[in-house]
Amino acid sequence: MNVVVCVKQIPDPADPGALNPDHTLKRDGKLILDESDSYGVEMALQLVDKAGGGEVTLVSMAPNGEVSGLRTALAMGAAKAVLVSDDALKGAGALDTAKVLAAAVGKAGEYDLVLAATESSDGYTGTVPEQLAALLDLPSITFAKSVEIADGTVKVQRQTEAGYDECEAPLPALVSVTAGVVEPRYPSFKGIMAAKSKPVETVTVADLGLDAGIVGWAGAGQEIVDVAAAPEREAGEVIEDDGESFQKIVAFLDGLKVL
Amino acid sequence: MALSKVWVHAELTPEGTVAPISLEILAKAREISDVVEVFTGGDGAAIAETVGKHGATKVLATGDISDKLQGVHVGAALAAAIEGGDAPDAVLLGTTYDGRDIAARLSVKLDKPVLTNNTDIDVADGIVVSTQIFGGTQIVKTKFAAGGPAIATFRPKSFVAEETGGAAAEVAELGLVDAGAAGAAKLLNRHVEETSGPKLDEAAVVVSGGRGLGEAGKFDMIEELAKMLKGAPGASRAIVDAGWVPYSYQVGQTGKVVKPTVYIAAGISGATQHMVGMKGSKNIVAINKDPEAPIFGIADLGIVGDVHKVLPKLIEALKAR
Ligand SMILES: Cc1cc2nc3c(=O)[nH]c(=O)nc-3n(C[C@H](O)[C@H](O)[C@H](O)COP(=O)(O)OP(=O)(O)OC[C@H]3O[C@@H](n4cnc5c(N)ncnc54)[C@H](O)[C@@H]3O)c2cc1C
Ligand SMILES: Nc1ncnc2c1ncn2[C@@H]1O[C@H](COP(=O)(O)O)[C@@H](O)[C@H]1O
Repeated sequence: MNVVVCVKQIPDPADPGALNPDHTLKRDGKLILDESDSYGVEMALQLVDKAGGGEVTLVSMAPNGEVSGLRTALAMGAAKAVLVSDDALKGAGALDTAKVLAAAVGKAGEYDLVLAATESSDGYTGTVPEQLAALLDLPSITFAKSVEIADGTVKVQRQTEAGYDECEAPLPALVSVTAGVVEPRYPSFKGIMAAKSKPVETVTVADLGLDAGIVGWAGAGQEIVDVAAAPEREAGEVIEDDGESFQKIVAFLDGLKVL
Repeated sequence: MALSKVWVHAELTPEGTVAPISLEILAKAREISDVVEVFTGGDGAAIAETVGKHGATKVLATGDISDKLQGVHVGAALAAAIEGGDAPDAVLLGTTYDGRDIAARLSVKLDKPVLTNNTDIDVADGIVVSTQIFGGTQIVKTKFAAGGPAIATFRPKSFVAEETGGAAAEVAELGLVDAGAAGAAKLLNRHVEETSGPKLDEAAVVVSGGRGLGEAGKFDMIEELAKMLKGAPGASRAIVDAGWVPYSYQVGQTGKVVKPTVYIAAGISGATQHMVGMKGSKNIVAINKDPEAPIFGIADLGIVGDVHKVLPKLIEALKAR
């Protein structure tokens, strides 16, 4: 069984984010594997393992030929990667990203399943996987909190507001997984060494046969008109607990008539 | 400039009623558009009265599709209706599981962008939506520049639902189309987790715990306090990820947005991703042993202290009343 996993490479979420003068997100520093996608990679490795054969291929779209996040996922055990890197993709919206990923999946070879995370840590639009499924004309199940494969069918517990839905789809299909579905492994030393020589095919928009005018800023169909600081909330009273501060809380709640 | 017509997703709860978020969006839709209609992946007659009261004049309904996934089928049906000539200026949905799926499928069918996670929409000069970034510290306004229906999803609690007393909406069919291979996913069974007490995103009081509680067992204090205040317990992602409480408790960017009368944060540092989900609360009480904790920057009452000392005393005091 072959699984394609979408992995986004993002600025370290621990660093404060910043915008470029044209309002796009600054992503020129070193990028890392989005933690959300480490669950997809782990899930793919486990499914291939259970199926008793096949491989995991990564697809990613990232600026400046960035591969560090891909190397992390390769070190976990993925076999190979397709990276789309092209200046024309600056400012790409979710739909454009999905179009690029759809074309990249086409370079990944035969597959039974495409995995993605439900939302990325930096963009968190949460629409790319479902758009990708639509472009690939695949059935899809989003927000998976458990994934199993048997007899050419993927069975999923899909997170809902009220609990979860039991869903299934025939393969090939696309599934997006939530954080916590599986415990992502740490790359072993051997894995890290092996990852260095695993194939990463880097392609441009033109290599994919896409028109640079329709993906990226030019084709995004959206225009940022303003960025401003949000109104701040004022801090109130801060007191040191002297053993009796609970009284203050009781009085405060009393004043609001919630007791 | 008001819009001529918008469509709002009437999302259904497992009981078949209209989800609060859809009623919230309806209130805003009335403000920006002359005509407001809803669409739903389910039975239209059952909700005609409710959505009518909230200002919708028509329900476009697919009829029962409870054995299918909403995104692909409702998305395709909407696209077919729009391509058939019945195009609204905007299609507005909640940033929910099904809302995002429908918006995504529709955006591909129409080849139009979708903008998600919005907290406001303005139509004075084109259709412009607002999104909070960097944990709600900055607001980005983005204009739809592609023409055709603008597709946008909104965070819960962005608007306040309000009845207008309108008559029941007219029910019309939203014709399903063959979704081909993509339509093959099936929904077999729904599991509804039983919860007692008010829902986290509807409760007037929310008591949330974070890593400062020290260990999973100490979350009992949070639950007890929440119960005494007839509120709901909530959590930071740190303790959800640690497996102390289920994901449905999480407040923040990747969890729920809450705006209760009182939010009590115990042992929570106040990371921007947490605060974006609770800083709209009317009153905030924070208990944290670190006087530098960012949560104090937005708290109306901040207690610099140990949760293991303050909470038990608070619980005792409330019990004694
Ligand atoms: C993409 C992304 C999305 C995220 N989404 C969310 C989200 O939706 N919701 C969310 O909550 N987080 C989210 N986070 C995580 C967020 O950045 C923080 O890591 C998290 O909120 C921290 O949780 P915490 O405050 O419980 O833990 P910590 O930050 O570890 O804080 C614990 C606090 O407890 C205090 N403390 C310790 N002992 C005691 C004691 N005995 N008495 C009193 N106080 C004590 C400490 O002083 C400290 O301030 C997200 C992060 C990323 C990168
Ligand atoms: N540039 C990208 N490269 C690879 N995968 C991506 C990219 N953008 C989004 N994805 C995938 O889609 C998921 C959801 O992203 P988003 O819709 O941006 O929240 C991510 O977690 C990834 O799995």
